[in-house]
Amino acid sequence: MAQYSKVAPTPLLKDELDIVIPTIRNLDFLEMWRPFFQQYHLIIVQDGDPSKVIKVPEGFDYELYNRNDINRILGPKASCISFKDSACRCFGYMVSKKKYIFTIDDDCFVAKDPSGKDINALEQHIKNLLSPSTPFFFNTLYDPYREGADFVRGYPFSLREGIPTAVSHGLWLNIPDYDAPTQLVKPLERNTRFVDAVLTIPKGTLFPMCGMNLAFNRELIGPAMYFGLMGDGQPIGRYDDMWAGWCMKVICDHLGLGVKTGLPYIWHSKASNPFVNLKKEYKGIYWQEELIPFFQSATLPKDCTTVQGCYLELSKQVKAKLGKDDDYFIKLADAMVTWVEAWDELNPVGGKAVEANGVVAK
Amino acid sequence: MSDSSINPSEVDIVIAAINSDLTPFLNEWRPIFSPFHLIIVKDPDMDGELHVPEGFNVDVFTKSDINLMVGSSHSFLFSGYSCRYFGYLVSRKKYIISIDDDCVPAKDNNGHIVDLVAQHIANLKAPATPFFFNTLYDPYRKGADFVRGYPFSLRSGVTCALSCGLWLNLADYDAPTQALKPEQRNSRYVDAVMTVPVRSLMPVSGINIAFDREVVGPTLFPALRLSAEGKIRWETVEDIWSGMCVKVICDHLGIGVKTGIPYVWRKERGDAIESLKKEWEGVKLMEEVVPFFQSVRLPRSAATAEDCVVDMAKAVKEQLGKVDPMFARAGDAMADWVKLWKSVGSSAPEV
Repeated sequence: MAQYSKVAPTPLLKDELDIVIPTIRNLDFLEMWRPFFQQYHLIIVQDGDPSKVIKVPEGFDYELYNRNDINRILGPKASCISFKDSACRCFGYMVSKKKYIFTIDDDCFVAKDPSGKDINALEQHIKNLLSPSTPFFFNTLYDPYREGADFVRGYPFSLREGIPTAVSHGLWLNIPDYDAPTQLVKPLERNTRFVDAVLTIPKGTLFPMCGMNLAFNRELIGPAMYFGLMGDGQPIGRYDDMWAGWCMKVICDHLGLGVKTGLPYIWHSKASNPFVNLKKEYKGIYWQEELIPFFQSATLPKDCTTVQGCYLELSKQVKAKLGKDDDYFIKLADAMVTWVEAWDELNPVGGKAVEANGVVAK
Repeated sequence: MSDSSINPSEVDIVIAAINSDLTPFLNEWRPIFSPFHLIIVKDPDMDGELHVPEGFNVDVFTKSDINLMVGSSHSFLFSGYSCRYFGYLVSRKKYIISIDDDCVPAKDNNGHIVDLVAQHIANLKAPATPFFFNTLYDPYRKGADFVRGYPFSLRSGVTCALSCGLWLNLADYDAPTQALKPEQRNSRYVDAVMTVPVRSLMPVSGINIAFDREVVGPTLFPALRLSAEGKIRWETVEDIWSGMCVKVICDHLGIGVKTGIPYVWRKERGDAIESLKKEWEGVKLMEEVVPFFQSVRLPRSAATAEDCVVDMAKAVKEQLGKVDPMFARAGDAMADWVKLWKSVGSSAPEV
């Protein structure tokens, strides 16, 4: 049965977690989050015009990087960081020195649960990351480590310890994360259904990872969270988080790390323009049909035991198998390599090698 | 996509009567069950008269009916909870809904009674999406859809063959778990139904289940009987065993299994510690079978549910038979079941 303590309060982890926020407009939304975020260090990644001054509300401890900073810090390797797309947020993951990252969009606000209480999204993400995942067998009562739940009859005892959780994927009330065609067909649809569950995504199963409300263990999976080449000068947008999610899931499945989805909810307030979105996404919509079989059949060799090793191997496969569909994938594969090189330069302790069974080797 | 007009001629509700007096149970379900045909199968081991209240469209089957239709050499298959499978065998409807007789209607988070039948049928009629996980769960539900990044070629989904519901109050925990947490009750109503991804195994509980009999009828069977199997769920694994086979077969045939709503309210019954003292067998057995189910592959030639059960039975006998004679017996029971299904069940000519 689930051994994780439910009585102890969730640790704050305020010195172990950075909040990464990409922004091009302003950070007014932080005012609403103040009660939950103020104790944490923020990493703001300013996209777009670097000469614009982004005002950070008083009282927050933060570091802010604009495009000039990114170019200065990474030099030629800055080419792997997108411009004019929230994909630039992954620069924040790279420069962070913390164990955990929480990333949120600047149009996401505090949601309320069905009882009317404000949801502390960060606390729920921490709970998700600190309790094990169970990808090898599906528990019909969802996360067995949650208070009030457990493993059901028939769930093998040998699988009840679970494995470490690398990623916690949260959801959105109000404006749901639909693609452009769906937005065009259902412009008024709002997500009003609060589903009170967290669950592990089974091994071997892919999903669309949305970067709006996401947390992860940077030490376990950081180098795999590259958000790709999007935005200015690129043929595609709004697939940054998708790309990261598919690479990440293949690697997590290989290394024995877990991915959870479900709670917490945030309130997503802005519906972006569906026609603008359609232009950004349209290549992705049909490229996706090649990408999915690629990721579904991707295998990594046994001797890939670190995240970086897995990621570099994946980049080779991207170049070899997807490069023939479009030159973009050749550029992307190269950018994946650049990203790993930049990651290792900025995080020189060498990264901790994660053994294939998910145990961190010291 | 809620289905407000269920055709009663498509549905049978099958109840295994483990308790002799079904009056309180059926009265609780009357508003929901009364439009539908009920098949009640009396546990052949139960002595004493079965009480069924008036006002239902019901057929009751007892030990003598079972002996008559399948012969006394096969009637052992249908004892205890497994008597419900006899109900599946004699049904001629497209959809079957089956719940334990210690469950009553649950209320959702708005205080409304959950219409068990409507939700199971809605689950079965809407496609399943086993090849890619949708983070907003069932995309065909009103108010939901596929999220950004979900491949378009996978959005038409596949047939949903099985709908696994859940339980408030007494959840379907095993005896060790409930014995260690005697006060724990499930009060969390999770307002979601979702497809269990392909290749992912799960415990399929028989307490609250529905399926498309025309598509997967032969794949739900009584086969794994514990030597001290009792009349309380903590002392059985027949549904878990059957469910593992069903999932493998559905994955092979490219059809889907959903889990989530509807909920039932499961009444207090039994003593987990007593069950624990009596029966460890079920819990131990699961450990032996998981690697088998994770790796078993059915031949491409198995294109129907019947073929799949025959091939699974062979694989069980070959690979698990040597681990424990119980599995060899289960394999035999599965093979017998397919024969029964062909002669008495839906593939048989109309009686």
